[in-house]
Amino acid sequence: MRTALIHEPIDAAALLQEVSSHGSGATTLFLGTVREVNDGRDVSGIDYTSYEAMAVRELAKIATEAVEKFGTPHVVVEHRLGALGLGDVSVAIAISHARRGPALDASRYVIEQLKQRVPIWKREHYTDGTREWVDPTRHGVAAPSGGAA
Amino acid sequence: MNVRVLLFASYADALGTDSLQVDVPAPSRVRDLLAAIQERASHAVPPAPLVAVNSEYADLDQVLGADDEVAIIPPVAGG
Repeated sequence: MRTALIHEPIDAAALLQEVSSHGSGATTLFLGTVREVNDGRDVSGIDYTSYEAMAVRELAKIATEAVEKFGTPHVVVEHRLGALGLGDVSVAIAISHARRGPALDASRYVIEQLKQRVPIWKREHYTDGTREWVDPTRHGVAAPSGGAA
Repeated sequence: MNVRVLLFASYADALGTDSLQVDVPAPSRVRDLLAAIQERASHAVPPAPLVAVNSEYADLDQVLGADDEVAIIPPVAGG
């Protein structure tokens, strides 16, 4: 298991290599990427910032929970911070497991928990030159957050 | 006692700073600190935001110490 906040591009292939194991029959890779439209507005890029001391701990807690809950040590999560452009990968979750069911469930668990708990924020830049902090609670708790993933 | 409060993202923008020193009586709870912040900057921070004490989520009744680092957490938006 490994988690990290990084300031460089995410190397998804390296994450897949890292979780590969002869005991695994299923490997999942989730990538969150910067999307060009959010809430009907044309997005040109996103700045990601965080409370790093806490985000590092919270991310590690979530991965540890996934390891214990789904029964595989092969969990690697990286979240990128800084200025990202359209199509850039903001988060990558690589998991391998003996069976596909728990591999898929663990991936879902990690991204959903990450979106609820890890203190990371994004400021979207729009093609009209404006920028705004994304507030996933603005349309009610159940609304999907904008931008990536 | 003087408690150091960290601000992030939209809250930091609204207050024009990423940290505050807030004077509260000892002992005080998280809710007392939030009330003191409301007095100073009700426009910038909602009355019951997410709060972390020393990098762990905390509830409103947690008792604060002078050396604690308190963070006011805007709605998170990772991923």
